Amino acid sequence: MCTTCGCGTDDHHHEHDHEHHDHDHSHGHHHDHTPAGTESSKTISVETDILAKNNRLARGNRNLFFRKGIFVLNLVSSPGSGKTTILERTLLDMGGKLRFAVIEGDQQTDNDAVRIAATGVPVRQVNTGAGCHLDAHMVSHAVEAFDLDDLDVLLIENVGNLVCPATFDLGENHKVVVLSVTEGEDKPLKYPAMFHNADVMLLNKIDLLPHVDFDTAKCKEMARRVNPDILIFDVSSKTGEGMDDWYGWLASRTREK
Amino acid sequence: MHELSITQGVVDICENNAAGRRVTSVVLEIGALSGVIPESVEFCFEACTRGTALEGAKLIIERTEARGKCSDCGAEFPLKAYYEPCPGCGSYRVAILSGEELRVKELEVD
Repeated sequence: MCTTCGCGTDDHHHEHDHEHHDHDHSHGHHHDHTPAGTESSKTISVETDILAKNNRLARGNRNLFFRKGIFVLNLVSSPGSGKTTILERTLLDMGGKLRFAVIEGDQQTDNDAVRIAATGVPVRQVNTGAGCHLDAHMVSHAVEAFDLDDLDVLLIENVGNLVCPATFDLGENHKVVVLSVTEGEDKPLKYPAMFHNADVMLLNKIDLLPHVDFDTAKCKEMARRVNPDILIFDVSSKTGEGMDDWYGWLASRTREK
Repeated sequence: MHELSITQGVVDICENNAAGRRVTSVVLEIGALSGVIPESVEFCFEACTRGTALEGAKLIIERTEARGKCSDCGAEFPLKAYYEPCPGCGSYRVAILSGEELRVKELEVD
């Protein structure tokens, strides 16, 4: 049985979570509108965050990563923005300088993990099945595959989805949102929670700018409306343009850890 | 459709608090900026509660409006989304005061 989360299997719907049981908030007052046939009903004040369990497991992950000195990024975007290609290029260009591991989240297939494995970096694929996002529980088990004492950076590629992954903390240092210029420039306003929660934005596929109607300045202005402090890098994971600035940030932040 | 795992979380929290008793109603607080659609939670609730202590329980959802405070001029105002500027000075540096709630408030047991 897992000592972190108490689960016995891979079943994520276990029912023995006791983290908020500091005390029973029972008030025990009786209601006048008790349904017929019931002698007394009782109202229990709960006041518990629905995400409390995920947040507790995320705190556990974050503490573990901190103890091991690992810098962790959670990459989020819509499907097809180029997250995996950014990872491949980053691993090939930075692999000699930093020790990486990757968690790949997809609903199905291990196609992305196969691509990452080809770079020689340890990778673990997590298939969420019907799930639309990774959660802290999945990550806590996925990292069991890695030697955490031999790691500087953990890159987590979340399921391609600009909605649900915004809600689930994995224990990362930063969310990095990837937006490609083949998408609408108003994505930050259409999916504000994701851009609000991210610290870094990679504007990808800038090599295609001459061929698409994408107003880079307008896109950045919209991103900063949602998140005035968001750090933005213009990159092309295909040609490598702009990637050095991203590498510089990654290396300096990893050293600070 | 992360409302499915959100609703599963509601069931887990309620069963822990009910400690074996049957739950007859649940009150949730869902903020306008929480990223969770109340209607989707209602949709998932029946499926997630089947065979649990919450089967047949009434689901009551209280929606909390979003409010922000301008970090530049200090004005407080209602928000519809994260990107709304301060109506007073136009700044986008807005701290969220409410609207991100996602809580089980209370439940009623037999």
